[in-house]
Amino acid sequence: MCATCGCDTDATSAIHHFGDHEHASHQHGEQHTHDHPHPSPKTIVDVEKDVLYQNNLLAERNRGYFDAKNILALNLVSSPGSGKTSLLERTLIDLKDKLKFAVIEGDQQTTNDADRIHATGTKVTQINTGKGCHLDSHMVLHALQGMRPQENSVLFIENVGNLVCPAMFDLGEKERVVIISVTEGDDKPLKYPDMFYSSTLCIINKIDLLPYVPFDIDKVKTNAKKVNHKLEILEVSCTTGQGLDQWYEWLQAKVTVAELT
Amino acid sequence: MHELSIVMSVIEIAQQQATHANASIIDEIELDIGSMSGIEMSAWDFAWKQGVRNTILENAISKINLIEAKAKCNDCDAEFPIEHYYDPCPVCGEHLISIIQGKELRVKSLVVS
Repeated sequence: MCATCGCDTDATSAIHHFGDHEHASHQHGEQHTHDHPHPSPKTIVDVEKDVLYQNNLLAERNRGYFDAKNILALNLVSSPGSGKTSLLERTLIDLKDKLKFAVIEGDQQTTNDADRIHATGTKVTQINTGKGCHLDSHMVLHALQGMRPQENSVLFIENVGNLVCPAMFDLGEKERVVIISVTEGDDKPLKYPDMFYSSTLCIINKIDLLPYVPFDIDKVKTNAKKVNHKLEILEVSCTTGQGLDQWYEWLQAKVTVAELT
Repeated sequence: MHELSIVMSVIEIAQQQATHANASIIDEIELDIGSMSGIEMSAWDFAWKQGVRNTILENAISKINLIEAKAKCNDCDAEFPIEHYYDPCPVCGEHLISIIQGKELRVKSLVVS
């Protein structure tokens, strides 16, 4: 209760009043009350709340669910066309006998990617964001409620192809994996630094095309490390299979760590 | 254009807080936005104008505290202002830096009546 006029305050927000509650001095000869109208006083509410707290709260809820069920959740982010779905298709087929998988696909429209994943025999849910440019933790929460991924599995969340907006939205994932292909510019980490800063692994895809494109692989690595010195970097080709062993080793290692912790 | 989603989150927080304070009007809203929070201010202004229409924030004055980003060098401990993630430490030239300020994105206060 506010001591001045008795309005409600809540536990997290302190409320102060601008209104002047001084009373002119007067004799206390008779019984009287101090009721008086408040001319809609202006009130300051101290909020101090993170704008994304609702998203972050639900992300933590997802994270708790993943931890309890020992699910390794990975958020795959990239620009459109870098090969996220191809990398998944290949991974799901190659590791079919070693790990259990589930996939959440995020796209503005169509179930094309979910259809491709479904064809590998993997459990998949498609989220269509409509006009939305990123997945958020609320969408993932609902997808999880529908799909109920198995315990001790790996869940790939393929985000909407966009190197900007998904960077701000925690989905509850364990690791964020950014994918870039050699047909893009080698200055991409500098142009879209938020995504490279917030990721833990960077996969450079389509390296079989290196002889045909002016892409300097050392330069892209240097640029990525300038933005995020902790970033791990792998080079792969989903077409030839080159480098995929290292990706699979990374994945297996994360699964083992998750089982041990 | 994630700024619109962020504006919608701000409206939700403001609405909740105003309801809690038994207020029907929000006169002013104060926000902290860090220069490395991922918000593009021109996109923000556009999203704000569209987003607050017909909401409790429609006529509110929005006061934005822009917070300049700072980093600390993990190698030599120097603290310095930073504009880009790839800026090196001005003292030792290393990229081993941690951002210590500038990622803020929060609703600081409201003036309601």
